[in-house]
Amino acid sequence: MTWAFDAALCALILGVAFATVLGRGVFRSIVFFIVYGLLMAVAWVRLDAVDVALAEAAIGAGLTGVLFLTAFGRLARNVSDDAAPGRFHLPAALACGGLTGALAWAWFAMPAPVRREWELPPAGVENPVTAVLLNFRAWDTLLESIVLLAALIGLWMMARDGDWGNRLGLPQHVRPGGVMAGFGRLLPPVGFLVGVYLVYVGADQPGGAFQGGTVLAAVGLVAAMAGLVRPPRIAAHRWRVALVAGPSVFLVAGLAGAVLGAGFLTLPEPVAGTAIFVIEVGLAISIAVTLVFLVLGPPEGERRE
Amino acid sequence: MADIATIAFTGLGLCFFIAGTIGLLRFPDVFTRLHALTKADNLGLGFITLGMLFQVEGWREMALLVLIWALTLLAAGTVSQLIARAALKDRSG
Amino acid sequence: MSALTLYALTGSAAIGIGFYGLIAARHLLRRIVAFNLIGSGLFLFFGATGARGGAADPVPQALIITGIVVALSASALAVGLLVAHARVAGRVVLPEEEDGG
Repeated sequence: MTWAFDAALCALILGVAFATVLGRGVFRSIVFFIVYGLLMAVAWVRLDAVDVALAEAAIGAGLTGVLFLTAFGRLARNVSDDAAPGRFHLPAALACGGLTGALAWAWFAMPAPVRREWELPPAGVENPVTAVLLNFRAWDTLLESIVLLAALIGLWMMARDGDWGNRLGLPQHVRPGGVMAGFGRLLPPVGFLVGVYLVYVGADQPGGAFQGGTVLAAVGLVAAMAGLVRPPRIAAHRWRVALVAGPSVFLVAGLAGAVLGAGFLTLPEPVAGTAIFVIEVGLAISIAVTLVFLVLGPPEGERRE
Repeated sequence: MADIATIAFTGLGLCFFIAGTIGLLRFPDVFTRLHALTKADNLGLGFITLGMLFQVEGWREMALLVLIWALTLLAAGTVSQLIARAALKDRSG
Repeated sequence: MSALTLYALTGSAAIGIGFYGLIAARHLLRRIVAFNLIGSGLFLFFGATGARGGAADPVPQALIITGIVVALSASALAVGLLVAHARVAGRVVLPEEEDGG
């Protein structure tokens, strides 16, 4: 019975993927991509990876979809024509079919898995994914937080010199008493609570800094889009502190581990739980602010015409 | 007993979703489609949530399910209003 | 055919579809969308291999979460480049692709 559910889900995923790539029009493609992301999140739950499902739904479908939609709106300002749909490309289709076939062959050719009997060593937290992310593979997560920062800096370099002093993103025009403004007042308190809860509960149950930070970023974006909060300027120092808080806390924790004799980024067992919590809070703040700034984009001025 | 209730309510919710999708595909313009979509889909989701309520134990999980439905209602209502207003502006502007 | 095989094959197909979109699309934003499609398919394939051992393996899951976040930041940077390119060139397709190239 459950096999039928998986089969239907996979058929839906493939159908939506085809619609994303072959559909007419960019907007249609973006909307189908968001649907694809949500179906992927369901697939992750079926694969017993709830943390990944949360991350895919929030980041993969949600924030990436918002990013693309705002980019589409921004492009519609600059470009007056919509690119004509391309014709069907047979050699590329054959090559991609071959790629899929090669991957399928690789799946069947892989050696049989060894059934694991061991469990993770005690890590201070109950959620194994959080333990791996912040304790055993902390190096990867530290570099990932720095990669986020690097992408933001790269994005800020796209701003024109004349716009550098403006506020981030495009100016929003929102009716003061309208639906969007009301939504911007109703959602952020609930969203803030959900985001903080996701960060807090990530130690023992599915959740964590990335998922909670993304929900907080979404709350910030809704408030900005509703015109209730004006995006900051690039030069604002408080926001820069928030941006680097996560990597800094992580680095300090890692160096503290080295100073205490356990090794760089090794959390000694008695303080592992507390250290992971402190790092998660710092990471969540940084991730939330970085994601908001990534989606808002570089500062742009008013329309020149 | 609880399973029968779940199947009944979820089936009812599915009927509403099918009705909304038929409206989406068959209605001529944006406003009628929005109307069909919002009414049918929100009600459909409500029935599915009602069906799920029979499967969970504890007030906390039930309250969370109802919260999910309320948030979806809020988001869907806001989005359909915004789409309708944009379509109105497109049509008259 | 087990459920895991189904997901692995779906992931492979998504990678193929995404690559086709990356090659064949003219509008640059569609190429970025296709790039994300490839990433998601790859994660699904990887996750299916990680779930083979019976119990859920947390290391692939952690790596996939990292990958999702990095894919978003790469997409944001790509979108920024695209918007800047459109602002300068006034078109959303690459110069060698215009006019049926």
